[in-house]
Amino acid sequence: MKEIIDFKLNGKPTRVSTDPGRMLLWVLRTDLGLTGAKFGCGEGLCGSCTVLVDGRAERSCQLPMKEVRNKAVLTIEGLAADGRLHPLQEAFVEHNAMQCGFCTSGLILTAYGLLLKNPKPNRAEIVEALDDNFCRCGSHRRVLRAVETAAGRMTGGRK
Amino acid sequence: MSERKQSDFREELGLSSMTLGRREFLKLSGGGIIVMVTASAAEGWFQEPPRQAAGRELPTDFNAFVRIDEDGRVSCLTGKAELGQGINTSLAQIVAEELDLPLGSVDVVAGDTALCPYDMGTFGSRSIKYFGPPLRQAAAEARAVLLELAAERLGKTPAELGVKDGAVYEVARPDNTVTFGSLTQGKRVERALAFKPPVKPYSDYKIAGRPAGRKDAALKVTGRAQYAGDIRLPGMLWARILRPPSHGASLKSVDLAEVEKMKEVTVIQDRDLIAVLHESFDGAQEALSKVKAEFDVPQAILNGENIYDHLVQVAPPGDVVEEKGSLEEGRKLSASLFEGTYRTPYVAHSPLEPHAATARVEGDTATVWASTQRPFGVQEEVARALGIPLQKVRVITPFVGGGFGGKNRNLQAVEAARLSKLAGRPVQVAWSREEEFFYDSFQPAAVVKIVSGLDGSNRIALWDYSVFFGGERTSQPFYDIPHYKILSRGGWTRTAEGAHPFAVGAWRAPGSNTNTFARESHMDVMAAKAGLDPVEFRLLNLKDERMIRALRTVAEKFGWKPSPAPSGRGQGVSLVNYLGTYVAAMAQVQVDKKNGRVRVERLVCAQDMGQVINPDGARAQIEGCLTMGLGYVLSEEVHFQGGKILDLNFDTYEIARFSWLPEIETVLIDNPGLAAQGGGEPPIVNMGAVVANAVFDACGARLTRLPLTPERLKAELSAAKA
Repeated sequence: MKEIIDFKLNGKPTRVSTDPGRMLLWVLRTDLGLTGAKFGCGEGLCGSCTVLVDGRAERSCQLPMKEVRNKAVLTIEGLAADGRLHPLQEAFVEHNAMQCGFCTSGLILTAYGLLLKNPKPNRAEIVEALDDNFCRCGSHRRVLRAVETAAGRMTGGRK
Repeated sequence: MSERKQSDFREELGLSSMTLGRREFLKLSGGGIIVMVTASAAEGWFQEPPRQAAGRELPTDFNAFVRIDEDGRVSCLTGKAELGQGINTSLAQIVAEELDLPLGSVDVVAGDTALCPYDMGTFGSRSIKYFGPPLRQAAAEARAVLLELAAERLGKTPAELGVKDGAVYEVARPDNTVTFGSLTQGKRVERALAFKPPVKPYSDYKIAGRPAGRKDAALKVTGRAQYAGDIRLPGMLWARILRPPSHGASLKSVDLAEVEKMKEVTVIQDRDLIAVLHESFDGAQEALSKVKAEFDVPQAILNGENIYDHLVQVAPPGDVVEEKGSLEEGRKLSASLFEGTYRTPYVAHSPLEPHAATARVEGDTATVWASTQRPFGVQEEVARALGIPLQKVRVITPFVGGGFGGKNRNLQAVEAARLSKLAGRPVQVAWSREEEFFYDSFQPAAVVKIVSGLDGSNRIALWDYSVFFGGERTSQPFYDIPHYKILSRGGWTRTAEGAHPFAVGAWRAPGSNTNTFARESHMDVMAAKAGLDPVEFRLLNLKDERMIRALRTVAEKFGWKPSPAPSGRGQGVSLVNYLGTYVAAMAQVQVDKKNGRVRVERLVCAQDMGQVINPDGARAQIEGCLTMGLGYVLSEEVHFQGGKILDLNFDTYEIARFSWLPEIETVLIDNPGLAAQGGGEPPIVNMGAVVANAVFDACGARLTRLPLTPERLKAELSAAKA
């Protein structure tokens, strides 16, 4: 049964009429045309679909719409503010911290979720936060460096 | 060039008689300058070995590799796909270099069958090695054409002109310039040269040969990079397809009554293809759960334990890959003999992007966006499936979310095209992770048997080598062995009937992960018995100067201190010559003898790949190979029961994680005198042996079967104790 669900999507009030049990990933990818969150496994195991919900990294393939009601959802499309890349995006570019790029949105948003909680993580904390995100191309080394670089800049004042 | 001359030129090259979509090509490619490459430029392209067998050749009528647009931007047209390996950047570097153009002014158009020259596919670490030389020549010809056009415009001879930053200028009067874009004069210009201009020497490179950032990075960090499953077309439906529970199963009965009652669902049944279509992926998924089907499933006989004996039993007599001297003579010279059997399991590709395709079939034309390593292969398969001519099928390859050999097969594209035709609407087929595992063409399980001998001075006198179903690649010894024979019995390309219960195929560096695991493990078995340090033992048996240099380079970087294994330190070495790229790797591991866990702490890799186009890209490939390779060494193994694939997702099929990441150091060995070799696969090849050898060095347990699981290591340790 469809319901009206209101939430904030990348800063904008958004209303959808959908089954409250539907997963956020499919509403984003099919109803709202935002394809930056990827479908990699469908069971919350790979992290490619990660988005932020009220600042927390969540697996959108496992998150029913009813749980985003009145919450703020941030997808990769909403991260660059005013046409300027977010420090995490910038650092991923600088370190060439991706190959195929399919896991990249999920990694950046997972890292952002960590930095919002813990602005100065050490290497072990970054590894722990990213450990359930898969990258088959093996960009792990560069991703860790990119997150460290971004963390340094963000604590230096940039958001 | 006058109208008259242009038409003569067309006649000469037979352009008037061409068939392969030329009209379409001209329409699609718009204005600008199209440089027709001379036959000699494409020569190197034809040298690519399997090309002769492809049955399709590079068109000789319009070899447009490079296009200069009216806005001055230059496009490189390639039939390859961007899988993550970075050709969007490295091919652009090649073009930018020859045209003295900023890298940012070059775009790569990859994998569009209507625009790009025919290509067999993106595999075998071939993009730079084989496509690079003709592309470079094409760019040099484009430069010469631009000079000719500018000479006409400026009233000078080409020799009086230079090229800089997207413009041609008069050397004597540098302010007298004309931009590339303005040379097109808003018209379409087609030119071919009467001569073959030289390409720049590598030593003069300023753009290629230097680290370049990925050109696709900004798209990929903002979510704007599109993959096949991100294509949205008006009226598009998502399809979910009924799948059998096991390979070899046949449909006994199907009940579509419930799903046919769902008003938003379209049900399609066409021979073997039963699909439910919906305006959302999850809607189609829900509909599929309402389809009730029964299958006859064949009895499961083969499994992960008995597969190896089975493969040895059913193997054909095989082919001699290479031989030298006589095995009999080698035996006589041997003071000690070594027998070894090495086993490697089925391994899945597991790209993060499961296969996806979006197809729009209208009348007798089809457009297919596919996640594929073989755009032209998809074109052929779709044309065949729909019964339409090849030139009526256009395949567009968006970014591909990893391939590793798995996207050489494109069942999903054919499914999408068939369903679009039947539904009369655009259709997207995006496989679930379960389907990705089920229809993957795994690296084949394989067995290697080696009998070798050492003479009285610890030189290898005998090497009798048989590989069963692994394939021959890198089975050829690069050690200095007087008597050897390499036999390949059933390769990965030929799927012998009844050998495997499901599909197998190319997996990043096909054959080589098996062969190098076997060879380099066996080298260490001999070294240990001889009481020699593994590096010293290899040097004693090497004459190949490139390999000696690679080994010495990695040993120096690693800080290798000679000691016979097992030394307790947990250090290992492995070498490979993969299709001309030499790689030497060293590992430091820690073994927990109680729980059998292996932790790889440090990997050092030295690679001689000849000229390097993008050193940072090459290093990224090395890092990627080493990290991905941790999976096949430590955990990756497809679980199956007959044709039933037991791995449905990443919970049972474990790939490398962030917490596994060792310290990684890479060295690119300077070898500018050698043309660029491949880099996408070679560094992964050493991973089996370098870790297995380090594990032996750590604890004395020699594991001859991948992956090196805690259970196997514990079993080997307790067997050694007993």
